[in-house]
Amino acid sequence: MAASCVSCGAVVSQRLLLRPRVSLAPRQVLWRAAELQSVPGPQILRLKHVTVVTTKKNVKALRRETYTVDFIKKQIEEFNIGKRHLANMMGEDPETFTQEDIDRAIAYLFPSGLFEKRARPVMKHPEQIFPKQKATQWGEDGRPFHYLFYTGKQSYYSLMHDTYGKILDIEKHKNQLQAKGLFSEKDKTTDLIGSRWLIKEELEEMLVEKLSDQDYAQFVRLMERLLQGGAAGEFVQSFRRSVTVQSEKQPIEPVQHDAQGMAFSTSEGRRKSAKAEAVVYEHGNGRIKINGIDYLLYFPVLQDREQLMFPFHFLDRLGKHDVTCTVSGGGRSAQAGAIRLAMARALCSFVTEEEVEWMRQAGLLTSDPRVRERKKPGQEGARRKFTWKKR
Amino acid sequence: MAPALPRLLSAGAWPRPLRLHVLQAATPGPARPSGRTLGSAAAAAVSDPQAGSDLQDRVLSEPLKHADFFNVKELFSVRSLFDARVHLGHKAGCRHRFMEPYIFGSRLDQDIIDLEQTAVHLQLALNFTAHVAYRKGIVLFVSRHRQFSHLIENTARDCGEYAHTRYFKGGLLTNAPLLLGPGVRLPDLVIFLHTLNNVFEPHVAVRDAAKMNIPTVGIVDTNCNPCLVTYPVPGNDDSPPAVQLFCRLFRTVISRAKEKRRQVEALYRLQGQEGAEGRGPADPALPGTQASLDAGPSL
Repeated sequence: MAASCVSCGAVVSQRLLLRPRVSLAPRQVLWRAAELQSVPGPQILRLKHVTVVTTKKNVKALRRETYTVDFIKKQIEEFNIGKRHLANMMGEDPETFTQEDIDRAIAYLFPSGLFEKRARPVMKHPEQIFPKQKATQWGEDGRPFHYLFYTGKQSYYSLMHDTYGKILDIEKHKNQLQAKGLFSEKDKTTDLIGSRWLIKEELEEMLVEKLSDQDYAQFVRLMERLLQGGAAGEFVQSFRRSVTVQSEKQPIEPVQHDAQGMAFSTSEGRRKSAKAEAVVYEHGNGRIKINGIDYLLYFPVLQDREQLMFPFHFLDRLGKHDVTCTVSGGGRSAQAGAIRLAMARALCSFVTEEEVEWMRQAGLLTSDPRVRERKKPGQEGARRKFTWKKR
Repeated sequence: MAPALPRLLSAGAWPRPLRLHVLQAATPGPARPSGRTLGSAAAAAVSDPQAGSDLQDRVLSEPLKHADFFNVKELFSVRSLFDARVHLGHKAGCRHRFMEPYIFGSRLDQDIIDLEQTAVHLQLALNFTAHVAYRKGIVLFVSRHRQFSHLIENTARDCGEYAHTRYFKGGLLTNAPLLLGPGVRLPDLVIFLHTLNNVFEPHVAVRDAAKMNIPTVGIVDTNCNPCLVTYPVPGNDDSPPAVQLFCRLFRTVISRAKEKRRQVEALYRLQGQEGAEGRGPADPALPGTQASLDAGPSL
């Protein structure tokens, strides 16, 4: 059996060898009408068969698209003309047509139901669409413009070189001062708080060059060393970005007053499919009523009551507020979580900003994004697969 | 010079007159694309009129008629090399076999480099560098010594040439069109301030430059391999004064050569104009008048 297979294989391979350029695509046969013969007389129409061998198209190796300067200029002109046309179409003044107006106009004219925002029609300035590329690096005689061209990463290495030069200058200056005896330990200016170093992608964008992780780590280390030597100047600030404090974005509910003059605040919370709305009174005994029922009777399980207790316990205000809330949907744990979120949000209005930030860091003000995962076909549940049987 | 010459011959160096022929034949003019400039059409033909090409030929051939056109001998002396501690080598255990001809002796187990030979080699190397710079060649300073990386990059920038003191990517010279862009012009001379890399192995660029037929000038210490370097200069590459001296020498020589080129071109152009106006052309500049032409950089 094996021997015959081997011989079979040999025969097949021979056949393959004999026809090295067998194309896998089907051959197309074109029928062409015969040409009329030049000799007069009875003409015989002969059909000529012309076979056209269609082969697979050669897929060219992927190269990065290079956009010439002229191409980009043309795109910018087209964009500007298109902007004016769009303004005329929308009936607005072409001179004062901003990018927001363009976005609104495009969203109006080309409504798209696609979920992926980046797949929707967009009209932006070509600088934001076409990636930035370097112009030709050398002159007519072939000499490169930059002295570090032959390293491959000229912008990055020249940046490192300049930074190191600054470090040396600072050290020299410090040595001179120390020699004269004028050097004093200045307290480091704290203008670094609230800012972070550029991330690797931002640095790549700035230098228009690809960097490796080690390069980026080396850059950050060099910058830190520069900071150690002296006060941060403009040079260092250009590589830092400010970090927005998260808690400033937390919306705080306004305090309202009811008929008796009691101060209270309302807010909502959701967890899984449960929705809750809580009204927290500023002064109270610690009574909580849910859908008109006392919390002890509504939540017989200790775990749910602990969830309700958490925001107050965290702020040390256990017996000081009264709460009335309504909840619907979900199960017992989901309802407890929804009420907890609603109560925490309502409490924000009675509490200092620092305590709000603490609550945010404790996770009391974050809505839990976990929802039930759908069951998939071919599986028993969301993750559980059917029992695997070997045979 | 007499005792040095048999030593040169024993070290396998070419005899002097042959080298000059080789120099004249080998150094490519800027108008002719050499085999190294891979497909660079930009560097090639500027169609000169007849007078222009005559001027070009005269400008290029003039330095080759003199042994030391750029007067590099005055830039250094054996004494100045000694003061910069160029003669200090490594310990005898680190000695490379092929550096033995260049070593004067060993004192307390430390090798001492023969400065007479160093002076000869350095003069050749500086002269060659000057000629390359005169003919508008690209000079690349290569080193992988972190202590002097900043100094070498500054040197290269000051004389208008190029430096590479960073991690050397694999095919930078041998696969340049892919790594640096199609139509790139490769360096015409590579100067190694340190022939070894950070792990004490020969720098990849030594071998790659030899592969790409790029002449190299290299400062070889007692633990280096001088084989593939076209103009080896035995000397110390670890002490700061020595490296600073070499950087200063190369910078001076390159700036001087470029300045000389500008002056000679201006002079010949003036003479050409005078000739066109009917007056006979004046004699071209002789080495004797170099001192007057050298308005430029001092030591």
